[in-house]
Amino acid sequence: MSANLSAIFYLISGVLFILALRGLSSPETSRQGNFFGILGMIIAITVTFLTVGNFSSGLIYVLIFLAVGGLIGAFIAYKIPMTAMPELVAGFHSLVGLSAVFVAISAFLNPEAFNLGSVGAIKLASLIEMSIGAAVGAITFSGSIIAFLKLQGIMSGSPITFKGQHSLNALLLISIIVLTYLLCSSQISNYFWILLSISFLIGFLLIIPIGGADMPVVISMLNSYSGWAAAGIGFTLENSALIITGALVGSSGAILSYIMCKGMNRSFFNVILGGFGATEQSASTGNKEQRPVKSGNAEDAAFLMKNASSVIIVPGYGMAVAQAQHALREMVDTLKKNDIKVTYAIHPVAGRMPGHMNVLLAEANVPYDEVFELEEINNDFANADVAFVIGANDVTNPVAKTDPQSPIYGMPVLDVEKCKSVLFIKRSLSPGYAGIDNDLFYKENTLMLFADAKKMTEEIIKALNQ
Amino acid sequence: MEIDPFIFRLSIFILSIFIGYYVVWSVTPSLHTPLMSVTNAISSVIIVGAIIAGLAGGGTDSIFTVSNILGFLAISLAAVNIFGGFLVTQRMLQMYKKKKKDK
Repeated sequence: MSANLSAIFYLISGVLFILALRGLSSPETSRQGNFFGILGMIIAITVTFLTVGNFSSGLIYVLIFLAVGGLIGAFIAYKIPMTAMPELVAGFHSLVGLSAVFVAISAFLNPEAFNLGSVGAIKLASLIEMSIGAAVGAITFSGSIIAFLKLQGIMSGSPITFKGQHSLNALLLISIIVLTYLLCSSQISNYFWILLSISFLIGFLLIIPIGGADMPVVISMLNSYSGWAAAGIGFTLENSALIITGALVGSSGAILSYIMCKGMNRSFFNVILGGFGATEQSASTGNKEQRPVKSGNAEDAAFLMKNASSVIIVPGYGMAVAQAQHALREMVDTLKKNDIKVTYAIHPVAGRMPGHMNVLLAEANVPYDEVFELEEINNDFANADVAFVIGANDVTNPVAKTDPQSPIYGMPVLDVEKCKSVLFIKRSLSPGYAGIDNDLFYKENTLMLFADAKKMTEEIIKALNQ
Repeated sequence: MEIDPFIFRLSIFILSIFIGYYVVWSVTPSLHTPLMSVTNAISSVIIVGAIIAGLAGGGTDSIFTVSNILGFLAISLAAVNIFGGFLVTQRMLQMYKKKKKDK
């Protein structure tokens, strides 16, 4: 196939990828969008085979490795529980990063195959693009691995910080630029290997200081990085499908991290630099005096909800941990039978990745038109009878609106306290991730339900049916 | 003076960032998780580079140079992502459909 014709086909697959994302603007068009994405991928792969046109002994190995990877991928896709989606996405990001690194190394070792010149005399522009692609790919890989380990709980979710962390990161980033320059001016391959090793190290250092609840930002950020890595390789290969896709994915991840940052009132810049640990928990020590808390049991909760006319559910990460989404949906069904209006309120950073709660609720068959985002539903709390907080904490803390000293001051929160009564399922009174006490626990209209989210919900269902 | 082809690629890149910006802002927040999994799948179009690397120099010399082997490995990694990414997205989106019928 001629180079021009294949370029046209790559362009088509790039356009199909744009349509794939466009489809996600509503659940109705989303499946069609996914189909466009698959089609784009098939075109890109087929065209590549036809362009290389080298159906020799290598082909069989290419197909074998393709099939092996495909089978593993399909197996994972069918087996993975929805609660593990953040881990899955982090794991997948690491694969994109690593394959970018492999392709870059391969191009560096065998530039003739990619029309990039010859060993020791690689075209300057290609060398720069290759270095960028490899470096970003390596950062994505090691960063995603750390994120994966933290999400899986293999590695502690608490931030690991040490002195001079930021200066070390800055130093390493500068060294990457210097090494790229040295590599380009001398073509000495050792610079390339050092560049790669440092990039792996940066990805590692960038993510270890970040705590568990900041994972939505981290995952989006790594999503963005994986896009830029692909774009870098796309420039090396002079392939428009890769360039378009890389740019799309890069900006998609960037926008998602922006949305997540806004949901936590953190600056984007702060995040990109990985400066999460910076907001140390300062306010947690001050007022530790014992305050009275009202606690209740499932019967109390069932009584309150039975007599309500509208209930707003506020799910959070705790619901995912307890796998309580199905029980929750059952409870809501029972409430609906009693003509109680039920809606769901989702904070942008609820869960461990963007849209995490929405997917879990969808899995439990909650109709998506009952699920609302923060801005859509926040005014409704004042008119609702009961707010049912299940597994969320910091995102409901009124301190964010009242106490300028608080580390979460300014963060948009759900106005749960405006409800006539609040039911709060929690295992204990321990503070949430931000390390601050939730004022909501001590409000007069709050009833604490100390239990595992799933168990408590099941008990409430029983009580409702009595 | 002739314009370097690099400039054209850069133009595609910059314009695609803008397209991405507007397209992604129009994605409904409830589909942000499928958005991440599908972007994951499509960024694995990097498999194009992996295939080129894997098939390079075939026929004449050994096809088991380091460069080829890295290509093969990259093909597998990207394939995990492509199949896994699209299928898991499909699975998620299917869940958003069921409820529509329920109503």
